[in-house]
Amino acid sequence: MEECLQTISQYALRSVGIGERMLPRTDFTLCQQFTLIGSGMIWNVYFGTLALLAGFVLAVSVAVGKTSEHMLIRKASEWFIFVFRGSPLFIQFFFAYFLFLNLKSVSSFLDPLTAAWLGALIVLFLNTAAYSGEIFYGALKSIPKGDVEAADAYGLSGMIKFRRITFPTMLRLAWPAYTNEAIFLFHATTLVYFSGFPARQQGGDALYYANYFADKTFNPFIPYPIVAGYFILLTLILIGIFGAANRHLNRHIAPEQRSRLKMRMQVIR
Amino acid sequence: MFSFCTDPSTLENFQWVACYLTTGKHLNLYYAFGTVLLLLAITAPIALGFGFMGATAARSSIAPLRWLGKGYTSIVRGVPDIAFFLFFVIALDQAFEYIRHRWKCPDWTDPIRQGNDFLVCADAKLPLSNAAQWLHEVYGFSLAVLTFSIVFGAFAANVLFGAMRAVPRAQIETGEAYGMTTRQTFWRIMVPQMWVYALPGLSNLWMVLIKATPLLFLLGIEDIVYWARELGGTKTPRFTEYPHGDWRMWYFLFLLVFYLGFTKVSEVVLDRIMLRLTHGQATTGGEAQRKAA
Repeated sequence: MEECLQTISQYALRSVGIGERMLPRTDFTLCQQFTLIGSGMIWNVYFGTLALLAGFVLAVSVAVGKTSEHMLIRKASEWFIFVFRGSPLFIQFFFAYFLFLNLKSVSSFLDPLTAAWLGALIVLFLNTAAYSGEIFYGALKSIPKGDVEAADAYGLSGMIKFRRITFPTMLRLAWPAYTNEAIFLFHATTLVYFSGFPARQQGGDALYYANYFADKTFNPFIPYPIVAGYFILLTLILIGIFGAANRHLNRHIAPEQRSRLKMRMQVIR
Repeated sequence: MFSFCTDPSTLENFQWVACYLTTGKHLNLYYAFGTVLLLLAITAPIALGFGFMGATAARSSIAPLRWLGKGYTSIVRGVPDIAFFLFFVIALDQAFEYIRHRWKCPDWTDPIRQGNDFLVCADAKLPLSNAAQWLHEVYGFSLAVLTFSIVFGAFAANVLFGAMRAVPRAQIETGEAYGMTTRQTFWRIMVPQMWVYALPGLSNLWMVLIKATPLLFLLGIEDIVYWARELGGTKTPRFTEYPHGDWRMWYFLFLLVFYLGFTKVSEVVLDRIMLRLTHGQATTGGEAQRKAA
């Protein structure tokens, strides 16, 4: 117990470069595996949260863009969504990393792009924006005609109509699917350190450390289930948060008519 | 490849590119595309089979079988799939070696897990340490196929389970009224009708499967990602007749375009299949076709 507390104090923030530099090399304890893999989860949460928040804004713009009457805006949005949804995230990571490597020679200002914390974040941000953009687009298309007509009858138009009627209804309709998207996004963060982006000073995400232990011990039956456990926990937390938001969005609707969150199978990107 | 390729340093742009793109290593890259297509061609039917068995088991009236089916369909939810890919390959490998070990070397007394090592007797190694190189490659590829099939079989089981439930109950009851047994209603009524409900989910799954193929790289197969990294890296004149800078970006751009094209073609084909399947069905899609005709 004493020993485990010491391990935790040594390695709990190891993934972000705080604490003991040297990773354990022999005689791996269960405590070390739990601590280091948990420490890696910091990165998963970091990537997932920031990409989701930034992606939300872009996703709404892309969804609105796809319904635009302007040919140019509509085509641009459609292509953006097609490119990021039609190709594997894994390849996107590789391509982006090598693109950023080439950009590096342009100006030293662009240096941080090749580091995972920024480069991978940008890819995840664009990727989730495309996926959620498509979800929001679908929701925009299924807004009841009566709602929009009622808004017109009240003389609402332009930005006010969007803010008061279209946007909240869209969010409400899209929320169950968007919850799934958020969960998949967090799962997708595990790809970061297995694509082009290098882990600096062995500070990687949860799967990075799990892979480290599995390689060193030839025993996949301990580290990978630990990762699975952490992710199930993270998924439950996400469902909790999104469920609360869903209740808030649906608060004016009779309980039996509310759209319920439904867990769907996960999707590889 | 071409006769003018003997001395690349003298070549003009176009010929140089033609020669460059047909070097032995590039042919490996093209074979790797074949590997990806082969993986898709083998995995898709096997995964569908696994999915069918899983869905059938989940509907079974025998409780342990039902638990097995339900467990299989739900285990892949909630966990990142790449963790599954990394896990299954080692786990399956060790499982096979362990079974062979028990079978081939019954009088081996040392424990198999010695600290950090997984040790089986030499006869049980897979593939045998003196096996040919191609056997190692085939073994690795088969492990990858099996892993993909297990993971995607679980997804497919999910889709098929829902599709089986979507077949209108009245259809089954009609079959029963004609005196069909459970087995007969299952095979003659439910299975032929479930596909139209399953197809949207299955086509989605096919897209996902396409996009999962780069993960072969993580399983240690020399696939397109591997060769793109190999070939794109900076080459100096000392080691190759075709020196160039860091071209990995362009190679991955090419892969990106390949996947986009593949996705687009699949979309078109699957739309056609859907059109054909909905023909004459008692769904809104089928009704729309009837009215249009």
